Amino acid sequence: MKNPLDSLWGTVISGLILTVILFMIVRYALM
Amino acid sequence: MDFIQLGIGRWLHIIAGVMWIGLLYYFNFVQVGALAEAGKDGTGAGITKHVAPRALFWFRWAAVVTWLAGALLLGANFHKAFLFMNPGLYAIGVGAWLGTIMIFNVWVLIWPNQQKILGMVPATDPEKAKARRVAFLASRTNTMLSIPMLFFMAAAGHQGIFFG
Repeated sequence: MKNPLDSLWGTVISGLILTVILFMIVRYALM
Repeated sequence: MDFIQLGIGRWLHIIAGVMWIGLLYYFNFVQVGALAEAGKDGTGAGITKHVAPRALFWFRWAAVVTWLAGALLLGANFHKAFLFMNPGLYAIGVGAWLGTIMIFNVWVLIWPNQQKILGMVPATDPEKAKARRVAFLASRTNTMLSIPMLFFMAAAGHQGIFFG
């Protein structure tokens, strides 16, 4: 499997996915 | 005292942060592609000799100023944010952890390997090839981490809006 960080778009999309995951964790912790 | 810590500290944090992340985006969105193109006609030295060392200087020291100003801003809440001891500090805690991982990448992975790539410290060709890959991936990792880091920095003072 290709490393998503090798492409600029893969890097940006990975960052957005990580943002959503961390957002869900913090929102759950604050409920 | 609040003016110095929370006012000037925040101002400094933002100025240095813009320089740090701005140069990180320059490396990733501009310089990597430019060097690949320049390699085809042999003009890459202009970038590696004159631009990259200057950009790296401001990049790594802006990272230090950003982190220190952030620590000043947290003040007595520093350990409470990092240890997630207070729900009101959860957002800034996540942002602070991401920023801390990023400054570690700058000083431990990117800068020492860039010194080998740019010929500032001696390295064999295989060592340079390995250094190039490590520095590249660390830089790309920081670009990826900057996206949630900036989200949580923006959310820190507005948890009610961001998390309901």
